[in-house]
Amino acid sequence: MPEYTLRLQRFSPQTRPEPWWEEVTVELDRHHSVLDGILEAKERDGTIAIRYSCRAAICGSCGVRINGRPGLACHTQLGEAAQAASGGAIVIEPMGNMPVLKDLIVDMDTVHWRKVKQVRPWLVAAEPQPEREYIVPHETMVDVTQTMACIQCGACVSDCLSMEVDPLFVGPAALAKAYRFVSDPRDADDRGRLRDLAEDPHGLYDCTHCFNCVDACPKGVAPMNQIMRLRRIAGSDLEIDDANNGLRHEHGFVDNVRKNGLLHEGDLLTDSYGGKLKPRTVFVLFDSLPGILQALRRRKFSLHAALGHPHRDARRGHQRYFDRIEARPERVELNLYFSGYEDDPGSTPSVPTGEDSAAVASGPNPRKLRDRPGATS
Amino acid sequence: MHDVLILGAGLAGQRAALAAAETGASVALVSKVHPVRSHSVAAAGGINASVGEGDSWEAHAQDTVKGSDYLGDQDAIEVMCREAPAEIVHMERLGVPFHRDGKGRLATRPFGAASQPRTCYVADITGQALLHVLFEQLLRLAERIDRFEEWFVTRLLLDDDGACVGCIARNVRDGELRVLQAKSVILATGGAGQCFQPTTNAFICTGDGVAQGYRIGAPLMDMEFNQYHPTTLARVGILITEGARGEGAHLYNARGERFMESYAPNKLELASRDVVSRAEQTEINEGRGFPDGTVALDITKVPRNRTLEALREIVNIGRDFAGVDITREPIHICPGMHYMMGGVKVDVNGASPVPGLYAAGETACVSVHGANRLGGNSLLDTLIFGKRAGEHAGARAPEVEPPVVSDAVLADEERMIARIIGREPRGRKVSELRKELGRTMHQHVGVYRDANGLGAAHDAVRRLREEAQTTWIDDRGTLFNQDVLGALELGHLLDVAECIVVAAQSRTESRGSHFRTDYPARDDARWLRHQIVAANGDGRPEMSSAPVTTTRWQPEERTY
Repeated sequence: MPEYTLRLQRFSPQTRPEPWWEEVTVELDRHHSVLDGILEAKERDGTIAIRYSCRAAICGSCGVRINGRPGLACHTQLGEAAQAASGGAIVIEPMGNMPVLKDLIVDMDTVHWRKVKQVRPWLVAAEPQPEREYIVPHETMVDVTQTMACIQCGACVSDCLSMEVDPLFVGPAALAKAYRFVSDPRDADDRGRLRDLAEDPHGLYDCTHCFNCVDACPKGVAPMNQIMRLRRIAGSDLEIDDANNGLRHEHGFVDNVRKNGLLHEGDLLTDSYGGKLKPRTVFVLFDSLPGILQALRRRKFSLHAALGHPHRDARRGHQRYFDRIEARPERVELNLYFSGYEDDPGSTPSVPTGEDSAAVASGPNPRKLRDRPGATS
Repeated sequence: MHDVLILGAGLAGQRAALAAAETGASVALVSKVHPVRSHSVAAAGGINASVGEGDSWEAHAQDTVKGSDYLGDQDAIEVMCREAPAEIVHMERLGVPFHRDGKGRLATRPFGAASQPRTCYVADITGQALLHVLFEQLLRLAERIDRFEEWFVTRLLLDDDGACVGCIARNVRDGELRVLQAKSVILATGGAGQCFQPTTNAFICTGDGVAQGYRIGAPLMDMEFNQYHPTTLARVGILITEGARGEGAHLYNARGERFMESYAPNKLELASRDVVSRAEQTEINEGRGFPDGTVALDITKVPRNRTLEALREIVNIGRDFAGVDITREPIHICPGMHYMMGGVKVDVNGASPVPGLYAAGETACVSVHGANRLGGNSLLDTLIFGKRAGEHAGARAPEVEPPVVSDAVLADEERMIARIIGREPRGRKVSELRKELGRTMHQHVGVYRDANGLGAAHDAVRRLREEAQTTWIDDRGTLFNQDVLGALELGHLLDVAECIVVAAQSRTESRGSHFRTDYPARDDARWLRHQIVAANGDGRPEMSSAPVTTTRWQPEERTY
C-alpha cells in the first residue's frame, strides 16, 4: 500500500500557546479517505483531536482545510489529496473564520450556529393550517430539498471572503437556510425574513459573488445561488427597497451594462444611487471622495476612462441578450443540486428540453405558488 | 435540577424533548456530539405510515408483525402503526419537505416486506430532514429546553429507593464533571453498531445508554437480534439505502443471475431484510459472488432522472466512496451490520422497570421490531416512542419529589477518570481492542451463527473485558480528551457485546435476523418468547424470558 504524508496543524493551548506543524506518515490504500489517514495517525497519537462520526459525508462533523481548501475529511480520498498537494505532504488545517479550540476542532457555536440563529431558522406555518398535510407542488419540496441537504459542516463559512472582511456577515450557510424557508410555500414569513435580511447591513447584500462557498460545499447546496435567489425574490418580486442601497445597486449595475455594453465602473457608484443629479448621489460622491482620490492616485482608474467611454463599441449586439432574457414569461431558476449531468437520450420526459436541458428547472417561482387557489387545504 | 433529563439528541431524544416541553416540564438534553451530528442523520430511505389511499394502519401492523417473525409485541406494534399518520403530518407541519405525489399530497415509495408503498421520504435524506427540522424546533424553544452539547454521560445515578435520578456528565470541551439531577431520565443514545466491524453505524454508536441502563439494573430484551442490512459497501460498510430497491433496483450474483427469484419469488429484492441478507450471504458463501465478497446492486434499472432526484445521496456515495456512477453501472454490495432490535426493555410509554428511567429509539426495546425490523420503521419508532416517553416523563413530574443527590459521587467519578488517564503504557491500546471486538463479532455473530462461533466470540469478549481494565491512552489533558472517552465507550461496547453473545448462544432456534446453522428451523413451541438479559450482582449477564403479546395475528410460516 502507498504511503502518504500528512502535515497536520496542531494546537493544544494547555501545553503550547502557539499552533505547530507535525508530519505523520500513514500506509493506506489510495481510496481511503483523509479522515482514515488522520484516524490512523490518531491511533498512534491519541492526543490528535478532530470531530468525526459517520465517515459517509452526512453528519457534517469533520470539516477541515485540505491543501488549503475547505471540505470534509471523510469525503476526500488520500490519492486525490496527494495529487493536489504541492509539497508532497497533504496539508490539513482547521477551518477558517472560526476560532480554533484544539488541533482540527473549531468553535462553531460562536460563529456558524450564532448566524444560523439570526435567520429565524424554523418554519412559520402558513395559516390556516390544513387538517392533514399542506397540499403543495412536488417541485417546491424538491427545491427545498436542495437547501435541506446542508449538513451544517461549516466548509462554506470557513472560506467566505465577505466574512473575512466583515465578521458580522450572516454568511452563506445561514442565508441558504433562510432561502429554505423563503422558498417553502408553507412558510408565512417570507416578506418579513427578506426585509430583515435586506435591511441588515451585514445581510443579503454583503455577499460579493466570489463562489468560494459553491466550491466548498460538499453537498451541492450552492449557498451563493440561494443568496442570489433571495435577492431576486426580495428585489424583483417583493420590491424591498433596502436602506443599504443593495437593490438599487443591482438595478444600477444592470442598467450600466445595458447602457455601456460592458461595465463602466466610473458611473457605477452614481448609477447605483439613481444618477448624478439625485441629491443623495451628491452626498455619496462627497462621502466617497477619499476613496476616489486614492483610486486615482493608484491608477485603479483614470479621469479619461471615467469621463469618456472608451469601450462603447462593445455595446453593439449586446441588447439581444437583454431582449431574450426579458422576453421570458417566467424567471428560470436552476436547481443545480439535481442537475450537473447531461440527460440520457430517451430518459423520462419530465425535464425541460432545449436550451435548459442541462438542468432541471425548479419550476415557477415557488413563492408564488402559495397564491394559487388550493395551495393549502 | 430538571423534570426530564434526556440523554442523546438524535430523533428519539429531540422528539422526547419537544414532547416533554409541551407538558410544561423543564427539560435538559445532553449529547456527546452536537445534536445534528447524531446518527439519525444517516437514515436515508424513509419513514413508514399508512397515509396512502387504500392503506390502513392494520395492514402496516400486519406487515410489521410478519417482518418481526412474530416476535414483536402486537399491542406495541398497534400503537406505533395507529399513531404513525398523525406523527408524519405533525412533522410535515413543522417543515419536513416530504416529497409529493402528482396531487401535492404525501408521496410514498415501496419498501421491503411492505404490502403497499408506505414509506414517506425526502429524496434519500429523510433522517437528515427530520433531524434538522426537529433541531430547528429546539432552537425555537431554546428557553424551555436546556441543551448540553458535547457533554459525555459517564454514569447514571440511583437514589436510595432504586429510582434513577440523573447522571454524571463530562464536558468534552474542558473536562468538567457535573451532576445533572432530574425526576426522570430518558435514554435515547441510539444503538451499538460499533460492536461490529464493518458496520453502517457511525463511530459514535457505542451503546452508551444501553450499557449504562444495564449497569444500574435495567433489563435488556431481544439482544440476540442484530440486523444486517442487505446493501452496504464492502470495505467501509457505508449504507446504500433500501430506497434503491424500493425504486426498482435489482440484485445480481457474479453469474448475472437475479438470485432473489429463488429465495423470495414474490417480493424478490423487496423481501424483508433478514431474508435478502441471508440470500446474498448464501450466494457469496457458495462461490457465486464477486471476488471481493460481494454481489451487485443494479440501480440502472431506475430511470436516471428519478435516481438523480430521489436517490441523490447514494449517487454521491457511489461516486465518492466506491468510484462508481450508479446511474450507469452496478455497484458491489454485501450485507452489513446495521441495527439492533434489542435494547432496554420498556413499555409503550417508554418506561423501564427501573423507576424514573425511560428509553426510546434504538436504545429501547418496546418490542415493535421483534426478530427483524422493517425498513422505514426505525425512524417511526424513534418519533412515536420518543414522543410518548417525553409526554409520560413530563406528566409524571408534578407527582415526583425533587431528587437529592450529593455531589460526593463526583469525587468517585473524578478518580475513575484519573485512573484511566494514569494507566501505564503497557499492552494494547483502546483502538486495538475495539478493532478485535468488531472483527470477532462480525465473524461469529453475523448473518449466520452456530454454537462454536458463538462460544469463540464469548471467550473473546470475556478476554477483552479483562484487558480493557488496563488498556492505556495517550491524552492526559482535559481539553477535548477524546482518548479517555474512547476508553469509556469501549467499556460500553463490551457490555453490550457480551449481552448480544449470551442471548444468541441461548436461543437455539432460527428466527428473523438470528439464524443458527445448527438450529435452522423456527421453534415456536420453545422460543416464541423474548429473552431478557440483566446484570446480576457481579456484573455477569443473567438470562430470563418474557412472553410475547399476541393480539390478532397468529404465527404463520413466513415466506416472501
